[in-house]
Amino acid sequence: MTTVQTPEAGGPVSARVDSVSPSGRPPGTRRAARAPRWLRRSWAYLTSMRTALLLLFLLAFAAVPGSVFPQRGVNPIAVDRYLEENPVLGPVLDRLWMFDVYASPWFAAIYLLLAVSLVGCLLPRLKHHVAELRRPPPRTPRRLDRLPAHASYEADPSVHPREVVQGAAAVLRRRAWRTHVRTDGPDGDPSGVAAEKGYMRETGNLLFHVSILVLLGGLAWGAMGGWRGTVLVQEGETACTTMSQFDQFTAGALVSTDDLPEFCLTLDDFTATYRANGMPEDFVGVVSYGAPGGVEEQARLRVNSPLRLEGTRTYLLNHGFSPVITVVDPEGQMFEGIRAPFLPQDAMYTSEGVFKLPDAKPSQYGFEGYFLPTRPEQGPPIVSMSPEALRPAVTLLAYQGDLGLDGGVPQSVYSLDATRITSGDLERLDSATLEQGETWTLPDGSTVRFDGYDEWATLQVARDPGQFLVLASAVTAILGLVASLLVRRRRLWLRVSPNQESGATVVEVGGLARTDTERFRREFDSLVAGMAVATRQGHEAQSQASDRQAPEATVVRRDI
Amino acid sequence: MTELDWARLSDSLVNFTIVVYALALLGYGIENAFGRRAARAGARAATPSARERVAVSAAPDTKPGTQPDTWPQTQHGTPQNADPGARSGGSSGPAVAGKVGVALTVLGAVLNAGAVVTRGLAAGRVPWGNMYEFAIAASLVAVVVWLVVLTRSGPQVRRLGGFVILPVILLLGIASLLLYVPAGPLVPALNSSWLMVHVAAAIIATGTFLVSFVASVLYLLRSARDRADSGEGRGGVAARLGRRLPAADQLDRLAHRTVVFAFPVWTFAVVAGAIWAESAWGRFWGWDPKETWSAISWLVYAGYLHARATAGWSGRRAAWISILGFTTMMINLFGVNFVVSGLHSYA
Repeated sequence: MTTVQTPEAGGPVSARVDSVSPSGRPPGTRRAARAPRWLRRSWAYLTSMRTALLLLFLLAFAAVPGSVFPQRGVNPIAVDRYLEENPVLGPVLDRLWMFDVYASPWFAAIYLLLAVSLVGCLLPRLKHHVAELRRPPPRTPRRLDRLPAHASYEADPSVHPREVVQGAAAVLRRRAWRTHVRTDGPDGDPSGVAAEKGYMRETGNLLFHVSILVLLGGLAWGAMGGWRGTVLVQEGETACTTMSQFDQFTAGALVSTDDLPEFCLTLDDFTATYRANGMPEDFVGVVSYGAPGGVEEQARLRVNSPLRLEGTRTYLLNHGFSPVITVVDPEGQMFEGIRAPFLPQDAMYTSEGVFKLPDAKPSQYGFEGYFLPTRPEQGPPIVSMSPEALRPAVTLLAYQGDLGLDGGVPQSVYSLDATRITSGDLERLDSATLEQGETWTLPDGSTVRFDGYDEWATLQVARDPGQFLVLASAVTAILGLVASLLVRRRRLWLRVSPNQESGATVVEVGGLARTDTERFRREFDSLVAGMAVATRQGHEAQSQASDRQAPEATVVRRDI
Repeated sequence: MTELDWARLSDSLVNFTIVVYALALLGYGIENAFGRRAARAGARAATPSARERVAVSAAPDTKPGTQPDTWPQTQHGTPQNADPGARSGGSSGPAVAGKVGVALTVLGAVLNAGAVVTRGLAAGRVPWGNMYEFAIAASLVAVVVWLVVLTRSGPQVRRLGGFVILPVILLLGIASLLLYVPAGPLVPALNSSWLMVHVAAAIIATGTFLVSFVASVLYLLRSARDRADSGEGRGGVAARLGRRLPAADQLDRLAHRTVVFAFPVWTFAVVAGAIWAESAWGRFWGWDPKETWSAISWLVYAGYLHARATAGWSGRRAAWISILGFTTMMINLFGVNFVVSGLHSYA
């Protein structure tokens, strides 16, 4: 038996046909009748409500590990750390895609099955709904007084039955009921009206589900045709949108490097402002942008306010400090204004980085260091006291020797090659903490002056071609959802018959609503009142309820 | 008044709110403990299952010539509770206690609203910028939803009052003891007009889901009682607790209607959050833990709405799904904010 339960279970898919049993195939699957039995069966199983329900919960459950374990797509560094700390469990979890849950084949399998199940359920329903929309409202039941809502009244004897029916039909049409006048009375006269309203419920329901499918399509399109690159720029530096200039670049399968738009961004200025209690107030990055060699324009990048350009968006992702030093080597050669971006380690922007001087003589210099925007008043300068540069200080550890830059192997700009320190190629000299303007003389006679700092910002340039589709389908999904939950489907029939004694026309009205009978009752009463007035018989109208005796007059007076 | 005065006023209003809600709880408790039992016989006489769960043919298009299709012949009217005292509100001592409980709930809601408004005046922005404010506002929503339900469903659901107020008091207590932060401006990431709609929608949905959760729990208790009465179940604690509750189908309907309201609101909250994330974080969806759990809740409640329409899944299974749904909401609110660090960790 194919059953739909609970008349008021008005979920967005409340009428989804449950077709677990072979005899209860949803309408529209007849064409598959020639397919093998097992295929028919599995299709029926896949498109059944029970399976869809199961897949919904499976998808919800499958999403959980992604919030428990660090994810490569969100925080690759945390994944590496986890793998380091859990040498036994880590690789096992990795093989199960626990660090790439949302890109894993098993996660994809669930949502693809759900999508297929959705399609399999939607097609027959769509067909059915279109047929419903084109079909006239159903035939009038023989006994209208058995319907949940029922009323009858007598029209003025001077009014012809045809006008009575047409007047009532006009009232219904005015309130957007789909109205069908029956003309099977004597001499082809109208015998009554069948009307139905609330098709928007199923329309909304279908719109919601189709929107969800389109949304999934938009996500897939965005994942395949989108790209994202991040680049760290210090104040005054320029970065262009070529793949080689990005520090990090990820792209979907359909992206070719020729697709990248050509423009360059220069970070003219970066300012972070803080409140008295150290809470950040605002971050503003002023950037100049334009085609390489072309006219430049200026924009202010802020959190919540990206720069939208040629289908791309440029965001301010992160920021930090680049301390500036001046070094004079033992041979008197001056390296002025050397700066390097230091990476923040905590919320107070205690930052870590290195300076490399490959051209110093007689040997190369390297400085490992900490930058503190605000050094503590007392105690060792290890952690910063504020993210704001109130009393900047830099702690440097000097190395001398061969930095290993000449070998052609790319090195990190944020650290020295540790193997060269252990192998003795780099010899540790001394360390010191400097405040702005202070100079430090190393044992070999070279000097280091801490000049100050610049700021840097990480910019992300991204493009997601599916984004608009996702937004549009999300909006239509909400609209469809609201319609499917709010609109009620209801039917109304009206029949006229002559009163044998007076010759007046007796009008009988019956109504039926699938959901929220209480509200339908009020609507029904108001409709009947409207019809009775339309035939100039308002005050003598009689109304009776099937299970509740409403006072006669009140029914009619409502809405007059 | 200075901002500090407003902040102090807001803090005291929260305390007053808790006290008044606690007194309301006492009123509801007295009615529940000493009032007449919600008549079992009456609930059975109404045969909710027969009236509400009419199986209908799923294919309304009958062949021409056969009977015109009609929908199930449902009867009109709200379910009749045979207990006359419970139906009319009554004037016995316990009923008066219940009415006082309702009056105190209204007073508490006014104080609660006052706390939210003064908090906004103190901070000079919308009063939902952190977890503390979220909890205070969600409590208000839950209580307002409860009062709306009470107005629309009549006094026979008054016995649920205590069960709604209790988690609200808990939420307010957790807020003022564990989540409290002084009123102040927002961090730059939150400085967006989307905060207003995204978080407001999340608060409304959370508060409403809370009422749905309570109704589902009570539905399970009541149906355990019904099954014990008909000799099906084993009785036990659940059945004993369910003795004085309104009819099971009424609880089921209440749980469903609140989800029907809250689900689109929650959908909107998630979409608005995605729009905001697009401009704040550079992508509209990035599987941040908060985003992930919002999607999980969404899926579970979508499952609930589907389950209600699936043979064999309505009733007790659907109620468990609703409870699961609210559990995921709470994991999202507390678990994600405190345990997992993500982009939403502002509190």
